[in-house]
Order: sequence, then C-alpha cells, then structure tokens
Amino acid sequence: MNPKKKKFSFHVDLDSFMPASDKDKEYMVQMRPSTTFFRDGVKRLYKNKIAFVSFIVIILITLASIILPMFWPYSYETQLGVTPGQPVDSSYNNLAPFQYGKTEQALIDSGETVFPHVFGTDAAGRDYFIRVIYGTRVSLAVGFFASVIVLLIGTLVGSISGYFGGKVDMIIMRFVDIIYSLPDMLMVILLATVLKLTLTPLIEGTFLEAIGSNIISLFIVFALLYWVSMARLIRGQILSLREQEYVLSARATGAKGKWIITKHLIPNCISVVIISAALQIPSAIFTESYLSFLGLGVNAPMPSLGSLASDALNGLTSYPYRLVIPALVISLIVLSLNLFGDGLRDAFDPKLNA
Amino acid sequence: MNSKTLFYILKRILLAVFTVWVVITITFFVMHSVPGGPFVGEKATTPAVQAAMEAKYGLDKPLHEQYFTYLGDIITKFDFGPSLKQRGRMVIDIIFDGMKTSMALGLIAAAVSTVFGVTLGAIAALRRNKLIDRIIMVITTAFVSMPSFIMGSLLLALFAIQLKWLPANGSTAAGLVLPVITLALYPMAYITRLTRSSMLDVLGQDYIRTAKAKGVSGTRIIFGHALKNSLIPVLTYLGPMLAYIVTGSLVVEQIFAVPGIGRAFVSSITNRDYPMIMGTTIILAALIVIMNLVTDILYKVVDPRITLE
Repeated sequence: MNPKKKKFSFHVDLDSFMPASDKDKEYMVQMRPSTTFFRDGVKRLYKNKIAFVSFIVIILITLASIILPMFWPYSYETQLGVTPGQPVDSSYNNLAPFQYGKTEQALIDSGETVFPHVFGTDAAGRDYFIRVIYGTRVSLAVGFFASVIVLLIGTLVGSISGYFGGKVDMIIMRFVDIIYSLPDMLMVILLATVLKLTLTPLIEGTFLEAIGSNIISLFIVFALLYWVSMARLIRGQILSLREQEYVLSARATGAKGKWIITKHLIPNCISVVIISAALQIPSAIFTESYLSFLGLGVNAPMPSLGSLASDALNGLTSYPYRLVIPALVISLIVLSLNLFGDGLRDAFDPKLNA
Repeated sequence: MNSKTLFYILKRILLAVFTVWVVITITFFVMHSVPGGPFVGEKATTPAVQAAMEAKYGLDKPLHEQYFTYLGDIITKFDFGPSLKQRGRMVIDIIFDGMKTSMALGLIAAAVSTVFGVTLGAIAALRRNKLIDRIIMVITTAFVSMPSFIMGSLLLALFAIQLKWLPANGSTAAGLVLPVITLALYPMAYITRLTRSSMLDVLGQDYIRTAKAKGVSGTRIIFGHALKNSLIPVLTYLGPMLAYIVTGSLVVEQIFAVPGIGRAFVSSITNRDYPMIMGTTIILAALIVIMNLVTDILYKVVDPRITLE
C-alpha cells in the first residue's frame, strides 16, 4: 500500500499507470455481438405469442393453398359428372362430405380406392375442398398484389411530396385530400361495374384473360383510390424524420446524405410502411369478397373465398357447411393478418417501445 | 366561435361541395365510357328504334352537352332523370322510396352500435386485463375479422333457417332485427376498441388524479370526467361508421330482402340501369360526404384543445 495520499496533492497516483490485469481486461470483452434494429424487432416479435401463432397460421394457410392443388387428384374447375360424349351424371352434384358419385361408387365396390371428396361437391359437381383451397389462394394473391400496388404508388407519391415540399407538396396533397374524401366503396363498385364491361373485350386472347377482367379492375381500383392513405403516411414520416434531432446531430458530426438515408431515414420509416402494407392485405381481401358478393369479383369458374360464400347462399337451407367453411377460412386469414400486423407494429415501431 | 373556426367550417363546406361535384363528374364520365349505349343489349330492337330511344333520353347529343344538362338538372331540379328499366319512374322517386326503409335500418344500427360499443368499451377499460376485458376484446377482434355479408349469411342460416327464431325476410319490423344486428356488429366492435383505448388514455390523465385526490366519487369520475372526454375519438368515427353502414346495407338488404335503397342499387348494377346507378352513387356519396363534414366540424367544436389548421 502506498502511504496515505493528501487530498489536494498533485502527486500522480502511480496505480493508474500499471498494466491492466486480465481481470480488468474482461470489461472490454464483447459478451455478445451488438444487435441490429431488425434483429431486435424479430426477437420481440418472437416473444409475442399471439403474433407468432398468427404468423404460423398465415404461413400454413399460404403453403397449403400453394402446395395442395399440385397433387390433389381433383381440379377446381372439373365438373366430375361431365364426361365428353356421355350424358351428364347428376349423381355428382351436391354430394355431401365423403360421399361418392355413381361411377366412383362402382369403382369402390369393385375393390379400388377413390380419393374422398372431403367437403363434398358443389351444385355443378366440382370437388368443394379443392375449390376452397384454390379460393384461398386467389384471395391471398389478390390481397398481396393489391397491397404491393398500394405500397409502390403510395411510397412513390408520398416520398416525392415529402422530399420536394413546397408547391409540389401542396398540389399533391390537395389531390390526395379529394381522393380521400371520395366514398371509396361506392367508387369501387362504380369503377368495377364499368371496367368489367370495358375491359372484357380489350383483354380477350391475351394472358390477362386468364386473370379475369374483374380482378384486373379490382387492381386498377386499388391503384387509383387506395394509395392515398399510404402516400399521406409516408409523406408525414419523411417530413417529421427530416426534422429529427438525431438527423441534425448526424449532419453536425459530418455524416453524408447516403449515411443519413440508409442508417436513419429508411430504418425508421420502413417498419411503419411495411406494417401498414401488411394491414392493407385484409382490407383488400374484404373488398374482393364484397365485390364477389355483388357479382363483381373473380370471374367464374375461378373461385375466391368471397365468391364461394356468396354462391353458398343459394343452397343455404340444405348445405349450410358450404357457407361456414369459406367464412371460417376468410375470418381465420383476416384475424391472423390483423393480429400479426398488430404484433409487427408493437415489435418494430420504435416510438412505441420507449 | 371565433373567426378562425368559421373560416375552417367555410373551407370544409367548400371542399365538401367540390367533392360532390367531383363525384358527379366522375360518375357521369365513367358511366358514359362504357362501350355501347344502354340499349345495345336489348332484344328485338331495330337501329331505328334504338335511335328513337336514344333521342328520347337525350343520348344522341354530344357528351359535354349531356353532362351540363345532367348537372343542371341535379342542381336546379334535383332531378336524376328517368330510370331505364323501371319504365315511367324517375330515379329520384325510386331512391326516396327505398330511403325510408334504409334510413330506419341505418339509424337503428348506428344507435345500437354506439350504445353497446361505448358501454362495452368503458367496461373493458375499467376492468383492464381482467377476464371480462379479455372476453370483450377477443369477441370484438373476431367481429372485426368478418365481412358483413358473411356475418349476415351466418346469422340468417342460424337464427332464421336452423332455429327459426326470426323471419328471414326483412320487409316486416321483426324481419329488421337480423339486418340491424348484422350492420351493427362491425361498428360496435370498432367503437368498443376505440372507447377502450381512449378511456385508458383518459384514465391516466392528471385531471383524473386531481379529481380522485379531491375525493370525487367513482361514478362521478367515470361519467363526469372520463367517459365524456374519451368519447371525442368515438365522435370522429361517426363519419366512417355511416359510410360503412351505407355500403354494408347494400349487401345486407340483398341478403335479407329488405326493400331499401341498397337493394335497388345492387339490382340496378345487374340490370345495367345507368341513370339509376349514377343517381344512387351520387346521392349516397353526397350523404357520406355531408356526414363526414358534420363529424369533422363537431369534432373541432366539441374539443377546444384541437387546433384548427
């Protein structure tokens, strides 16, 4: 021990200049790698059980809708009772679950196995299970692409508006205000009605015919009307982020524009954008099913969950399960997407987990 | 009310009038862009008959002339022209006929959803994280995840067809019960969630603590302070709720065969009754725009803390 040091002495404390021992060095060892914003969010998301389960449900439904039609022995458009050159075998229409048509029953009696109709068949003799699966695929695809369209247009317009500011911003925002105040559903119905009539002759013979005029008009409607809230959101984000103190401090310490954009603006903005795009999917699925009900949805024989449910209304008294099944699937999808979207917001919105 | 508020109200009214004009213009030109006139699809018409029909309805004139006539008739006479499919009837008469039933349906649904939504939301907020709160939240989440026409069909299948408790046909008073429930469930669930979160927000405010510290009774805090202030966000939802009820009634009236404006609109789409589609779109759109206007103004007037832009 050194002799007792005087409080105000200028003597240098020699201990401070000793080489560091191993124990001292331990403080400097990096215990675990520094985490990124993204990984941090994923970890929070993983801990949120409801959001995680919803995510699994969405993945399972999506995979099922993609994979099952590949090896399912029936197709969504084949009317099982119709064989070319023979009279229509009506025993295939309106089969109850796990029942078989006449020719199938004959095969079973002769000892062969026939793949069961899990949900029976519909009024035209089509396997209902594969129609539900295919309808799920169509509804999911419509929701996904509609929200991609909204995301692209909204981001483009919103960032132009926020970035340039001034007159450009004012003109774009007044335009957005007007579209925003239009009653969207009524405009959707009007446009879908008209586009259905206008587009059908235009796309005849092209690959677009396979998608169907109604789906295309639905996408056009989304591209025309639904981007406004996304554009507003992104403009607001960019405007507020530009003025944040940390951007100012980054600038003051000499950060270049590229650094500020990639390290500050995009990470802070992207989560909000992706979350609202994710929440756009259920709303697009809703819109599609609503239009299907009005006869403005997917073109027959292509099924969507909405068109399946609205077709089921005709036989509601005898075959209520044909309504209940697509209703359950659509609610499950929308519910899990909403819960997952909420979970994403909780996990990735930096302003909420202060 | 100061001049700033008046200026804001004036600005909003002008925007609303402009929006209605935009709706009329879009509706007119979009409907007239359909290839072939409204009579092309009709059977057994000769070109001469078609020309006569078009002359009768003024469809032979240049498009801009038709537009100004249409706009002028709406402004001066509130006239949307004659229906093409229901011969001899004016569009506006058909709309007013259906409006009586639809208004009753819509207003009852709005009242039911607001009363139940606010009550359930307040209960959920006051019993936060208790069992009753969890149950309310799960049920409302489920209701928000179901399109109205599926909800309506399920209710129809269960209560009218399986259990036979209520009539499936919505043209009688008892028949309106199911359509009202169908229409009210989604806004009710939404209002419940809105009330719950805004009530939780208000309950954490300083003036609630002050009231508690002063010894104000629990009921007075809830009804005099908390509920009153947490209803402001609910007020803003009135406009969107009306829009939802209007568009929702299109399918609900179809499912339950309610003789209202929604069913007339849907059948005009299938019949391609152009003046009827245009007239209904414009009237319903104007209704929604006006309701949004009223909501916005109310919102600013009720809450003095909100600054006017």
